[in-house]
Amino acid sequence: MSKVAYVRKEMLQVRKPPVSQAGFLGWLKKNLFYSIGSSLATLLTVAVIGWLLYGLLKWLAVPTWAAQSLSDCRSIIAELARGENNAGACWGVIRDRGIQLTFGFYPPEHFWRPILAFTFLLPALAPILFAEKVPGRLIWFSALYPFLMPWLLWGGSVWVPLGVIAGFAVGYLGFRISNGLNTLFRIAICLIAALAWWIYAKEHLDTVMSSVGTIDLTPVKSRNFGGFMLSLTIGVVAIGSSLPLGILLALGRQSDLVLIKVLCVGFIEIIRGVPLITLLFVASTLLNIFLPPGTEFDIIMRVIIMATLFASAYMAEVIRGGLAALPRGQYEAAEALGLDYWKAQRLIIMPQALKVSIPGIVSTFIALFKDTTLVSVIGLLDPLGLTTAIRANQEWAGIVWELYGFIALLFMIVTFSMSRFSMYLERKLHRDH
Amino acid sequence: MKLSSTVLALLAVIVSGPALAGKLDEVRNRGALKCGVSTGVVGFSAPDAGGVWHGFDVGMCRAVAAATLGDPMAVEFVPQTSKTRFSALASGEIDMLSRTTTWTYSRDSDLNVEFAGVNFYDGQGFLIANALGVSSAKDLNGATVCIKTGTTSELNLADYFRTNGMSFDPVPVETDAEAIQQLLANSCDVFSTDSSKLNAHRATLENPDAYSILPEIISKEPLGPAVLHGDQQWGDIVRWTLNALLTAEELGVTSANVSDLAANSTNPEIKRLLGTEGELGAMLDLPADWAQKVISAGGNYGELFDNTIGSNSPIGIERGLNALWTNGGLQYSPPFR
Amino acid sequence: MTTRASPPRERFRISQLIYDTRYRSYTIQVFALFMFAAFVGWLVNNTLQNLSNAGKDLDFGFLFSTAGYEINQRLVSYGPDSSHLRASIVGLLNTLLVALLGCVMATVIGTFVGILRLSKNWLIARLMGLYVEMFRNVPLLLWILLTMAVLTELLPSPREFRGESATASMMLNDTSAITNRGVYVPLPQFSRGLDKALDGSLGLNPNALAILFVLGAGLYVSQRIKLRADRIQSKSGERPVTWFWRTGVIVVPVLVLFFAFGFHLEYPELKGFNFIGGLRFRNSLIALWLALSLYTAAFIGEVVRSGIMAVPKGQIEGAEALGLRPARIMRSVILPQALRVIIPPVISQYLSLTKNTSLAIAVGYMDITGTLGGITMNQTGRELECVLLLMLVYLAISLTVSAGMNVYNARVNLVER
Repeated sequence: MSKVAYVRKEMLQVRKPPVSQAGFLGWLKKNLFYSIGSSLATLLTVAVIGWLLYGLLKWLAVPTWAAQSLSDCRSIIAELARGENNAGACWGVIRDRGIQLTFGFYPPEHFWRPILAFTFLLPALAPILFAEKVPGRLIWFSALYPFLMPWLLWGGSVWVPLGVIAGFAVGYLGFRISNGLNTLFRIAICLIAALAWWIYAKEHLDTVMSSVGTIDLTPVKSRNFGGFMLSLTIGVVAIGSSLPLGILLALGRQSDLVLIKVLCVGFIEIIRGVPLITLLFVASTLLNIFLPPGTEFDIIMRVIIMATLFASAYMAEVIRGGLAALPRGQYEAAEALGLDYWKAQRLIIMPQALKVSIPGIVSTFIALFKDTTLVSVIGLLDPLGLTTAIRANQEWAGIVWELYGFIALLFMIVTFSMSRFSMYLERKLHRDH
Repeated sequence: MKLSSTVLALLAVIVSGPALAGKLDEVRNRGALKCGVSTGVVGFSAPDAGGVWHGFDVGMCRAVAAATLGDPMAVEFVPQTSKTRFSALASGEIDMLSRTTTWTYSRDSDLNVEFAGVNFYDGQGFLIANALGVSSAKDLNGATVCIKTGTTSELNLADYFRTNGMSFDPVPVETDAEAIQQLLANSCDVFSTDSSKLNAHRATLENPDAYSILPEIISKEPLGPAVLHGDQQWGDIVRWTLNALLTAEELGVTSANVSDLAANSTNPEIKRLLGTEGELGAMLDLPADWAQKVISAGGNYGELFDNTIGSNSPIGIERGLNALWTNGGLQYSPPFR
Repeated sequence: MTTRASPPRERFRISQLIYDTRYRSYTIQVFALFMFAAFVGWLVNNTLQNLSNAGKDLDFGFLFSTAGYEINQRLVSYGPDSSHLRASIVGLLNTLLVALLGCVMATVIGTFVGILRLSKNWLIARLMGLYVEMFRNVPLLLWILLTMAVLTELLPSPREFRGESATASMMLNDTSAITNRGVYVPLPQFSRGLDKALDGSLGLNPNALAILFVLGAGLYVSQRIKLRADRIQSKSGERPVTWFWRTGVIVVPVLVLFFAFGFHLEYPELKGFNFIGGLRFRNSLIALWLALSLYTAAFIGEVVRSGIMAVPKGQIEGAEALGLRPARIMRSVILPQALRVIIPPVISQYLSLTKNTSLAIAVGYMDITGTLGGITMNQTGRELECVLLLMLVYLAISLTVSAGMNVYNARVNLVER
């Protein structure tokens, strides 16, 4: 005789959750005040942040934008009469030197050139980074960009980059014509044809074509590059040129040919084993000793060369990671199709490995870009180097925080957006697989 | 090997260096003088907001450019740290060095640097806060001293304290700006470097009267422009450009009256200097009126000094040893004859 | 049975060097070797020619001549009349010191940051995220300069400790002082003993070595006592009480030695321009140490975070089901498993920290780049020799660390299931 004491017959009315569990308050309780310890931590953190922010804002918010010198700033701040802790930023230096910190000594009437060059970087990268969202044609622009950018930055006759491009075309032609020969031979022929063209073009092309007509951009010496633009130039050029080198090194490191492997591993480990600054010392004091007597690169070129070598070792490791991530089956399938080594690399392996490596490449770029500040140690006027030069002026002697803060902000904007971007790519890769 | 020779040929093309001609021809072909200056020292070299360099050392570069190219603005300034300056000179990256560089025996002989003369007689001194109550360098036992690395001052300082049986605590810094920052924060008690620079920095302080320069000068620091050993003609050009500046001051030739004097002066010395008599210019492969260009560029030595670091500038260094010999100083030019 | 005729013996033809894959690899390698040798020869030839043009030679003799400059932080004795070689060694030790300190500090901070980034507290997780982004996205050199500027500008100078109206005071019962020239703490000293202690610089002297040795011996004996107790326990089931023996063999001999050597603390004292005596951590060391460890900690924090997230959720749920408290779960369940993922990338962070110590010149910390690659190079004009030596030293350090890492990886792989 089982007797059920009570059975509910109708549904209870849905009630709203208590105030402390829903909405903003609920969120607060769940995320900030879920225990005594967490409440204390939250309150403490808020107090510290508030105190810091107050101090910072007080320091930041001073009307010194128009000041002509540090002493101007001091008198403006003294007029505010803020009591004993009479400190405030001196924004006049940013007004006066902000442009210089960004463009260095680049002639002002040509500022559009670096701006254009670095703006074009986005459409040039788009087909590689967002292949599915942009028209495929754009890849031609990407191929053109490595020639367009130096021309825009350094200027000169338009025939120089065109001549270099023609060299690639000549090389490709050689590659096509020699069809049927061994691939290694074809590559050699391609190289020799291109080299021969370049040697010829260097001597004659400009003079021949100039009679036809030319577009000249005023040449700008790399000596005039400076500030943030210099960092960006070194970073972009070095990463761009280290990519092919890095691919070759990564392939060499995986090669069955012992000697090639040893050479590549040796190069990679030596470069990765020494700090960038020693390589910059090489650039500033030794590179000219290693080259034939009488050769002369300017220091920025030498720094770019060393930065390229530096980045290529790291790039090689990134690409090696990409190669290692490929399933073994891909290699075997390529062999089964009867592709030779170079064809397999070109058609099967590299496209996949490079795609996987893109986030790694972006972080290599970020690291290199930050490391370009080291060139101030060898006397180049990058943003940090310029702070010394700016403080050597009567007006701005003794200024510290404003300059460092401004530079930190510039770097922060670029590298932060890039690192976010690389994270996005990584997520996309994960989704794709 | 065909490929390797092609590679070499390509490299040779890419880097196609100038033939090993004289420096003067090289500079003329280039159309600009490459001059090594410091990355920034108040009064001696610093770029303004428009990127134009100014200062005493910069003036020397402009004078040489005026002599060789006829245009004082045809200078490419190549900032050098104290570490990179000599290798830049040795590698030909710069044609001349004008970077408050002390003329020493070992630099002259071992580092293959040829000093073209002395454009500033300096000595190492000490900048110290008055609040410390120190009136002599002999009282600095145990002091913390800011000192620039890679300079002769570093060695002089160690020598000075060793000779006087005192100890010190060195704080090495890379640039003057850092040293001043540390001095102001009392992070070091005293900053020791060439007294000219100490004067220059003291002038820029918020409160210059709270700091003073101790009476002891512990070293001789003859600063001068330098070129690489081996090209005598080029060395002579730089040397005589400096001498022309000095002689001009001695003869009263200024940037204001130089063209007037060139046309009307009857003084044979002035006429020889300005090229209106004799063939002095041709002896150095320079135009006859090279010295006129030099003087009209930045004035004579006295004008250059006064406008950049002397009485017409906020820095206000006294001429002192750098007065002409006729005024009791050491600056003395051999005759133009 | 017919005997199988062996295939006709192929005669080697020159063209096989190119068309036959068996031989082609040799051709390529010989060619590569030739090109490499040609390249190196070309470099060496250029170098020799350039050196002789400049009237120089390749000579390391300068290492044994008098350095003539002063170094402010030295772990071994050094004076201006020591040689350049000794200056380089002092620099190398300084490099290793800051690298070691930096690695330890970066690990501690990085672990905390990594764990706190996963905190349930939204604010703290965000704050740690902000920290990581701030440090990762601004160049290290700038951080070093900023840290140095903060230390120089915000800390009191020794002068402010002086007089009636002193604005700063010593801490910890007047035994330590934090100034903008460095942090001064009491220095353990011995008034008698094997050797006089070195002059206030960081360093090991025979007394300290003796104490370390005795301490080690004590630990060993203590371990033996424990093992013996374990044996007795497993035999008889009863564990003898040994804690006083175990502590005694460690503490007593050390105390005796301390007493015998006349141990006392030397306190820093404001004399003349500076605090004198005590142990001094220079400002440049602290700035470099802080900046390097904060910067590297941001990267290590990310590594730790991903390592923790790589631990399967089931492990945590299992631990929770066992009723372990959160701190205990982290300590006993998550971290041990995460470590295997964490350690290899952390070691490469150590490697880059060590290489980054070369930025010491920005704050005037006399590491090997500051001595051998800085003042020595500049005073002697031996750029080639100095830069080569410098690179070799860093390479040796890096290779040693990577060798250690490989050994560790091999061991981890062995225990992997």
